[in-house]
Amino acid sequence: MFEDWVSFGYLLSAVLFVIGLKKLGHPRTAPKGNQYGMMGMGVAVITTIIDMHLMPGGIVGWTIIGAGILIGSIIGYIMAVKVEMTGMPEMVALFNGFGGAASALVALSETWKWIETTSPEAGLETTVTVVAAGLSALVGWMTLTGSLLAMYKLKGGIEVFGKWIRTPTWGPAWLNPVKGLLFISVLALIYLSIEDPTNTDYLWAIIGISCVLGIILVLPIGGADMPVVVSLLNSLSGIAAAFTGFIINNSVLIVAGSLVGASGLILTVIMCKAMNRQLIDVLFKSFGGSEKQELTRTKVGSDADEVAMMADGAQKIIIVPGYGMAVSQCQHQVKEFADLMADKFDTEIKYAIHPVAGRMPGHMNVLLAEANVPYEQLIEMDEINSEFSECDMAIVIGANDTCNPAARTGEGPLAGMPIIDADQARTVVIIKRSLSVGYAGVDNDLFYEDKTMMLFGDGKAMMTDLNNAIKEL
Amino acid sequence: MTPEMLIGSITLFVLSIFLGVELITKVPAMLHTPLMSGANAISGISVVGALLGANVAYDGGQTVVSGILAFVALVLAMINVVGGFAVTNRMLNMIAGKKRGA
Repeated sequence: MFEDWVSFGYLLSAVLFVIGLKKLGHPRTAPKGNQYGMMGMGVAVITTIIDMHLMPGGIVGWTIIGAGILIGSIIGYIMAVKVEMTGMPEMVALFNGFGGAASALVALSETWKWIETTSPEAGLETTVTVVAAGLSALVGWMTLTGSLLAMYKLKGGIEVFGKWIRTPTWGPAWLNPVKGLLFISVLALIYLSIEDPTNTDYLWAIIGISCVLGIILVLPIGGADMPVVVSLLNSLSGIAAAFTGFIINNSVLIVAGSLVGASGLILTVIMCKAMNRQLIDVLFKSFGGSEKQELTRTKVGSDADEVAMMADGAQKIIIVPGYGMAVSQCQHQVKEFADLMADKFDTEIKYAIHPVAGRMPGHMNVLLAEANVPYEQLIEMDEINSEFSECDMAIVIGANDTCNPAARTGEGPLAGMPIIDADQARTVVIIKRSLSVGYAGVDNDLFYEDKTMMLFGDGKAMMTDLNNAIKEL
Repeated sequence: MTPEMLIGSITLFVLSIFLGVELITKVPAMLHTPLMSGANAISGISVVGALLGANVAYDGGQTVVSGILAFVALVLAMINVVGGFAVTNRMLNMIAGKKRGA
């Protein structure tokens, strides 16, 4: 009788997850969606605790369970509240790794208990447990190591004994067959352990190989493709939870896990499309880095005073932020510039947001929102592109590929990528540390046009100079 | 485990995958990261398995190792769940909150 009520609680929680995910996909309902997700999780946890309490024997490990919940909640909450807005993608990657590890550990713990307390016989139960445990270990441990590496790639490096070591990007072509071979060997090990379920050597081998797989899967992937990879790993951690659900025969784990797995995969594909990339290419073709164009041209840099003179009396300025703005953290200086121009010359200021500007989708929105830029001034690429022809000045801050006219030619790595038409503006100011090529490794013609003024330097320093120059006008 | 239970579980698994595919259609770029982060928090559902596993920690001593593993899983899953939802909330407040206020 009581079992039914537990299933009912899990059903309610699954329904809440479905509604939550649905609502998270629309701007207006997204905050609600997150709350539905929280409620779903709350219902699942409470249902489980009631279930355990009513089981024969009740809850024996109150202190352990209470401590676990409390420690995890406090650490998670502090990490989430303390993290800087720019550190968000890393944080999501880290949490994701923890989720995958949790699923894999539950699977390991169950398998362990099962080996120690029962004498497994060949049969349906053994087969299901061994296969599910093996797959859960494969996906879960892979998610952990892959996510950790992704986190350090997003950070750009790791500090060891005070020395900064850059996270490498390395992926020769022969690595792909190695990945396939390792994957097949895990499947073979799972098959072997069906015959010999108590042999823990197989188990350790599966865990070890899965950890290596996670690392070599992420290692060849360049920094700007990281959001796609994190999204894929997120999908995998859902699948790991679903496999774990098969071991402990728990419906909510299966439902929630496969929901996240499937929707995460769709989201990954959507993100790839926004970057005009194929998921397969992201995963198995090393991109950028190797075939970068050599620079053969030069351009004389301008200074802040010159730019300020050009900006004098401008009616409309469009700001095009990119990764460089995130790195130099100059969103507050950008906002100050916008305010100065609006006060002095009554200039109309807008921001052109490319869908993949920065290190994660929505990166620019979050940074500019942090600096209190009004939401209505952030315009998505498709809507603002027609406005460049009527604007006096486009200011590109640390963006390159997203406004490279080479994308229109239909050749090279950028071919077909939608770009911001900054080159249509009357004057283009580009704040950038050097003329060097962007992530895609393609030289940018826009830099060399006569109407383009280059401000070579760090975004924050340059914007501060520019603001001072505007004040002195 | 009976064959019926296994078939039931596989049914749930397959249907949920189809539901998950249909659930996400067009998502504006601005919401990609919050959606990813929210879904990630939901994948911390293995907290349920960790709770059930941690409960047996004192169960005789034979299963101490599995109890410890479950405890570690519980802590990691709770970090994933609480941190994931909190970070999603912060992102959404930054993006959507400003929209309403302005």
